[in-house]
Amino acid sequence: MAVTFAVTPRSQSAVPAKRGPRGRALRRGLTGWAFAGPATVIVVGLSIFPAVWAFFISRAKWNGISPATMVGWRNYQQLVQDPDMIAAAQHTLILTAIFVPGSIVLGIVIAVALNQKIRLIGFYRTCIFVPYVASAAATGILANFVFNPQFGAANDILRHLGLPQSQFLENQHLAIYLICLILLWGEVGFTTVIYLAALQDIPRELVEAAVVDGASRWRVFRHVTLPELRPVTIFVAVWQTITAMQLFDLIYTTTRGGPLNSTQTVVYYIYELAFQTQRLGYGAAAAYLLFIVTLVLSLGVILYGRRRGSEVF
Amino acid sequence: MRWKLPFSPWHLLLMPLALIFVLPLVQMVLTSFMSSAEINQFPPKLIPTSLHIEGYRHLFTETKALRWFANTVIVSGIAVVSHLVLCSMAGYGFARLRFAGRGIAFVLILATVMIPIQLLMIPTYLMFARIGIVDTLAAAFVPWLASAFGIFLMRQFFLGLPVELEEAALIDGCGRWRTFRSIVLPLARPALTTLAIITLLWSWNDLLWPLVAISDDSRFTLQIGLANFQGMRRTEWSQLMAGNVLATMPLIIAFLVAQKRFIATMTFTGIKG
Repeated sequence: MAVTFAVTPRSQSAVPAKRGPRGRALRRGLTGWAFAGPATVIVVGLSIFPAVWAFFISRAKWNGISPATMVGWRNYQQLVQDPDMIAAAQHTLILTAIFVPGSIVLGIVIAVALNQKIRLIGFYRTCIFVPYVASAAATGILANFVFNPQFGAANDILRHLGLPQSQFLENQHLAIYLICLILLWGEVGFTTVIYLAALQDIPRELVEAAVVDGASRWRVFRHVTLPELRPVTIFVAVWQTITAMQLFDLIYTTTRGGPLNSTQTVVYYIYELAFQTQRLGYGAAAAYLLFIVTLVLSLGVILYGRRRGSEVF
Repeated sequence: MRWKLPFSPWHLLLMPLALIFVLPLVQMVLTSFMSSAEINQFPPKLIPTSLHIEGYRHLFTETKALRWFANTVIVSGIAVVSHLVLCSMAGYGFARLRFAGRGIAFVLILATVMIPIQLLMIPTYLMFARIGIVDTLAAAFVPWLASAFGIFLMRQFFLGLPVELEEAALIDGCGRWRTFRSIVLPLARPALTTLAIITLLWSWNDLLWPLVAISDDSRFTLQIGLANFQGMRRTEWSQLMAGNVLATMPLIIAFLVAQKRFIATMTFTGIKG
């Protein structure tokens, strides 16, 4: 009851009436907009308006200087046949398909480990979370150093293991998977934090009851802990899907789409189209396509999670 | 009899993981103090044999890194302050005040959460070019003045506060603005800290937008300065690592000092985001 009360904005009734009802409504409106107006104008003005404009741009052939020619849906028709766009989409999907499950599984495993009451746990926690605050740009530059084929630490490790040396990011078959790995390094801290919080929210009685009933540790994890983590997993899956689908920073600071275009992602391609080759209309169309695919994928994850949620395992 | 480890088996998982996460950062710092000759050796060394500060000297003399650092501080500083002021005001307005257009305004704000940067960057660039702020610091910070996330965060917080305190103040003849400033805001410190941390993290580390909006190298932020500098000539790693230290250490130190707050913030993004 207390919560409902707090949520209802009924404080207005307490203000002593000084004027007639109309004057009061006007004053109220002005006060409301004085508080909410500035931020609303900035947020809406810098997203709804440009997003609508982007749609018109996406139906034009335009380099930003000479007058635009409206071409209808032609940009979109061209995009779905554009080999560069198809390749970029494939790379982005590979990244997403590895990164999303990878960060979920690693996040759960590390969170379970960090949830143990053992020595050094504070030290482990700090180490594992720190990379998350480093920027993708800095992470990329650091990765170039660690994976440098001539003198990088990664090749030194391979040498110690008796494995052949690698070209790493300069190898067109390997680069995209390494990008995935680097992205995981930078982002797993985030999923871990969230899973750790979720684990600590699981009521202790639930686990204890299962243990009393004679369930093994693995069975408790599988049948009590994991189902409790499901809502968080849906959120993490959506969030990480968006992160992977929009990957740009790390590509820009490591491979710039190379070698031989093997790591070009969709957002990187959009950036090149719009700001390197000045094909604004075509770039905007690609951005709209990506937006819609991301939206559909996210909704898919949410619906899938809901459906699974109704089943009992 | 069962064979037993003298320590918890979890250490076997956590120790290597912790090293994988933290060693590259340690190497980054140590390398920034090495000489070029030492860096270009194979096998690589983790610990420098002697301390060199050439990396930093070259960074500050040959590039505009100090300027970039100052620019980043300005952009992030404005972003954080403006977020705190504007989002807390708007959050309060949407949580407590009734005014014409409130519903539609809030729905529009929520809808913007879905729109990604790559969709906005082309029209926003054109818009900024038209009003003449492309290639200025303003171009970098204007999109960071307020955010849907910030408004939503503050609104949720204010909805959870009991209204009785404010009502008492209002009845005593205290105006809305004074009530907000002297009664509500002091209570909102946890939410404001969360908002400040998240805004700092996102604006400090932003790359794509400043890259699009700024091409004059004296207006660069650190992130684009380093990203662009890296490709320009023969790589001098000590210099690059020094730049990386400059770009990451402020946030890493803040994280180490206020770890609990940071973790609470990250958790909040996860639960409410």
